[in-house]
Amino acid sequence: MSIRNTAAQMSDALAKKEISAVELANQHYAQIEAVDKDVHAFLHLDKAGAIAQAESIDKKRAAGEKLSPLAGVPLALKDVLVQKGVPTTCGSKMLEGWRPPYDATVVTKLKDAGIVILGKTNMDEFAMGSSTENSAYGPTHNPWDLTRIPGGSGGGSSAALAAFEAPLAIGTDTGGSIRQPAAVTGTVGVKPTYGGVSRYGLVAFSSSLDQAGPCARTVLDTALLHQTIAGFDPKDSTSINHAVPDVVAAAKKKDVKGLRIGIVKQLAGEGYQKGVENKFNEAVAELVKLGAEIVEVSCPNFEYALAAYYLIAPSECSSNLARFDSMRFGLRVGDDGAKGAEEVMNLTRQAGFGREVKRRIILGTYALSSGYYDAYYGSAQKVRTLIKQDFDAAFEKCDVLVSPTAPTTAFKIGEKSNDPLAMYLNDIATIPVNMAGIGGMSLPCGLAEEDNLPVGFQIMSPAMKDDRMYLVGGALEAALLAKWGKPLLDFAPKLAGSK
Amino acid sequence: MSLNYEQAIEKYEPTLGLEVHVELNTKSKMFCGCATEFGAEPNTQTCPVCLGLPGALPVVNKTAIESSILIGLALNCSIAPFSRFARKNYFYPDMPKNFQTSQYDEPICVNGYLDVEIETDEGAKTFRIDIERVHMEEDTGKSLHVGGSTGRIHGAEYSLLDYNRAGIPLVEIVTKIVPNTGKYAPQVARAYVAALRDILRGLKVSDVKMEQGSLRCDVNLSLSPAGSGALGTRSETKNVNSLRSVERAVSGEVVRQANRLQAGEKIVQETRHFLEESGETRPGRSKEQAEDYRYFPEPDLVPVVPDSKWIEELRKTLPEKPADRRKRLQTEWSVPEKEMTAMVNAELLDTVEETVKLGADPTKARGWWLGEISRVANEREVLATELISVAAVAEVINLINQGELTDKLARQVVEGVIAGEGTPAEVINKRGLKVVSDDGALMKAIEDAIAAQPDTAERIRGGNIPAAGALIGAVMKATGGQADAAKVRELLLKHLGQ
Repeated sequence: MSIRNTAAQMSDALAKKEISAVELANQHYAQIEAVDKDVHAFLHLDKAGAIAQAESIDKKRAAGEKLSPLAGVPLALKDVLVQKGVPTTCGSKMLEGWRPPYDATVVTKLKDAGIVILGKTNMDEFAMGSSTENSAYGPTHNPWDLTRIPGGSGGGSSAALAAFEAPLAIGTDTGGSIRQPAAVTGTVGVKPTYGGVSRYGLVAFSSSLDQAGPCARTVLDTALLHQTIAGFDPKDSTSINHAVPDVVAAAKKKDVKGLRIGIVKQLAGEGYQKGVENKFNEAVAELVKLGAEIVEVSCPNFEYALAAYYLIAPSECSSNLARFDSMRFGLRVGDDGAKGAEEVMNLTRQAGFGREVKRRIILGTYALSSGYYDAYYGSAQKVRTLIKQDFDAAFEKCDVLVSPTAPTTAFKIGEKSNDPLAMYLNDIATIPVNMAGIGGMSLPCGLAEEDNLPVGFQIMSPAMKDDRMYLVGGALEAALLAKWGKPLLDFAPKLAGSK
Repeated sequence: MSLNYEQAIEKYEPTLGLEVHVELNTKSKMFCGCATEFGAEPNTQTCPVCLGLPGALPVVNKTAIESSILIGLALNCSIAPFSRFARKNYFYPDMPKNFQTSQYDEPICVNGYLDVEIETDEGAKTFRIDIERVHMEEDTGKSLHVGGSTGRIHGAEYSLLDYNRAGIPLVEIVTKIVPNTGKYAPQVARAYVAALRDILRGLKVSDVKMEQGSLRCDVNLSLSPAGSGALGTRSETKNVNSLRSVERAVSGEVVRQANRLQAGEKIVQETRHFLEESGETRPGRSKEQAEDYRYFPEPDLVPVVPDSKWIEELRKTLPEKPADRRKRLQTEWSVPEKEMTAMVNAELLDTVEETVKLGADPTKARGWWLGEISRVANEREVLATELISVAAVAEVINLINQGELTDKLARQVVEGVIAGEGTPAEVINKRGLKVVSDDGALMKAIEDAIAAQPDTAERIRGGNIPAAGALIGAVMKATGGQADAAKVRELLLKHLGQ
């Protein structure tokens, strides 16, 4: 048993009692100890809580109790989901030291399934960013090249997977925050259909776009985690009251014969790195070999997706982040007994929020202002409808859509941090999925020849048909694995001290 | 020289608009499961949702929607097939999320009306108040500013926050502008709020206690030169918390605005606070620098889409309209109009009706509640129903009818119940207030009275019946008032051969 195994393999070994959950957790803590000083995937480790959970699973297993498939398997939790009693910062100074009094529904489901939550992972502050450089606690480093970004906002979760610090992770995806980090770290990440996974306890960035989802190193592991966290939640009014599609069966099926796969014309060409396009095209060729039918589709309104996204997301965030006012929790600055509440609120927000968060709050406040609402927020909502219509039309011609996940491989830390627009372009291919509320997956499809860095392959499926991404993803992954001879992550340089 | 109300109203025509906030009496809050009980220990009825903790999400209270629809139906509104919540963004310490979740441009009920009747110089006259909208929102928490002279946040030493009220469901009922009330504007405003309150009480959707803030009224008022037909600049007087205050706030604003206009000054569009003591209003924040609330549809909630079957089912449960009910009870009880009005004005119609339902005679029930009990209630400045229960009053009245109590004894029983000595039966026992109906005991007292006043007895024997009064009085005195005077009279006359 090794930390490089898949979650499914770990689950088997646990079931056969070849290893205990406590031993497995400790192996991962040893790896974290060894490599996280360089990677910085974690913001907080909850060893006591994790070991207690592992012990309880071991006891239950010894007593012959029936356990969920992932019981005893360790997981890294993005620090944007609240976990009772465990620090939750959202990568912000604003929440430093805050211990939530309740569990997110996703966390409750993880705990109920016997999953061992190792700790909370680093992220761009309040999930705003594509590089994890916007974390108030310092950036996370890409295990493929420590001078590069691991993607964002969920760079901590994807780096933890790529550095074998955890076999499973939870991310959240508002414009690509699960998929783009997966792409640039050679891991798998899924943004489920909006409403497929409860948002209760997910600290909101943009409520109508945010979606929590599973991350892992294989399509099957991702499916197993997806199955665990998905489902209707009465505490989330936007949650879908509908059976979760059987994503695990789909991941195992590995048969895409006759499936119609659409290539979106607009998600290619200018701005896309040559090596990214090459690896994408090679993966498409694999799918053809497997018997899939390729259709080219046009989604003309995707052109406006990024602009509309940067009106809707900041608008909602300007309102969602208003609650960080120092009155009831978190940071408080300037409370010297002489200053009034309003002044303390101002000083706290000035000190507690980072530059990117402030930028988006200001953008959103402006976009919602009276006199501007129709031109900005109103128009952006119309674009959203048009994008949905583009998808609807495309899905009439094909079963899934595919594209590169991100236009480039991992860039250097610091390379784009002073150019917000260049940074925003990273999400050009992932944002339409959030705008339409449909499902999206990224899985590795090879290393770009220019830089030997991982390239992500995005699969998009219609709302509530999340199983289709797993069907295509599972088949493609198997074909690529056969072609490479070993998992892509085995091509990554070994981290110093790695077990 | 300043104008008084009569002079003001001669020169200027008032236009009214009324916004009433009603706290619904649902068991749980608008968007979470927290209890809504009034007066609980601060911050004990809170959870991550109503405290606005990071990650928490709202879920709409179905009963609140049902209550809102009922209110809309009772006010003759159309119920929107699709309505939404929005976020009203502004910062204030007692607003946990720093936005209020409120319906905005897509309210649940629109375009209704309520007819109210007031007394005018030409007799009773009906005014139709058009309702623009009924919408749902959540209440804020409560701030208590300690120190400083004004009780406001400015100048306070520190402030205490209680979030128990945060998230309590509110319904706001907004009228269209109410023109052409002339000098009756104050009475029309009052009658509207009173009629609305009666409707809400009848629907059982709110406690409608103005003094506890479960029904709060904002009065919008503008003046225009009489006969001009123009619409003036309005002021909005906030939180007018009794029917009398509604009337005073309107007349006060008429006088204030008229005097400004008379002096050639402009009316500032602003929020004003009503001062209970003086009946005047004081300026609040000016609306010229109106806050920009940056409303947008609440993305954490789905639209409210009530199906028409549900609405029709709710329509069937609507209680009788208060005005219809009044007419029906007046006929059933055969009471004069004036007394009916007295009961309504004293807010005791429900109480009297409940008492009658427990078997009490309507005239007696009205007499007790509006008489003795109201007198004590007014003295102590409490509600009549806080002094004594409907059941106790009904019991006393029934005991009088059964001859178990005399009116005089009954007053003592009621006094005992009000004093907290227990139920009527307990008070009767403790104080020994049973009617003496034992013939033997009465005969003994009668014989004693005859022995004490033999001359009077002789006159009665001689046919002077009215003289019996003196002997009856003596017997009543001897029995401590616990005898039934009619019975005493009967026995006495019989004994003296009459």
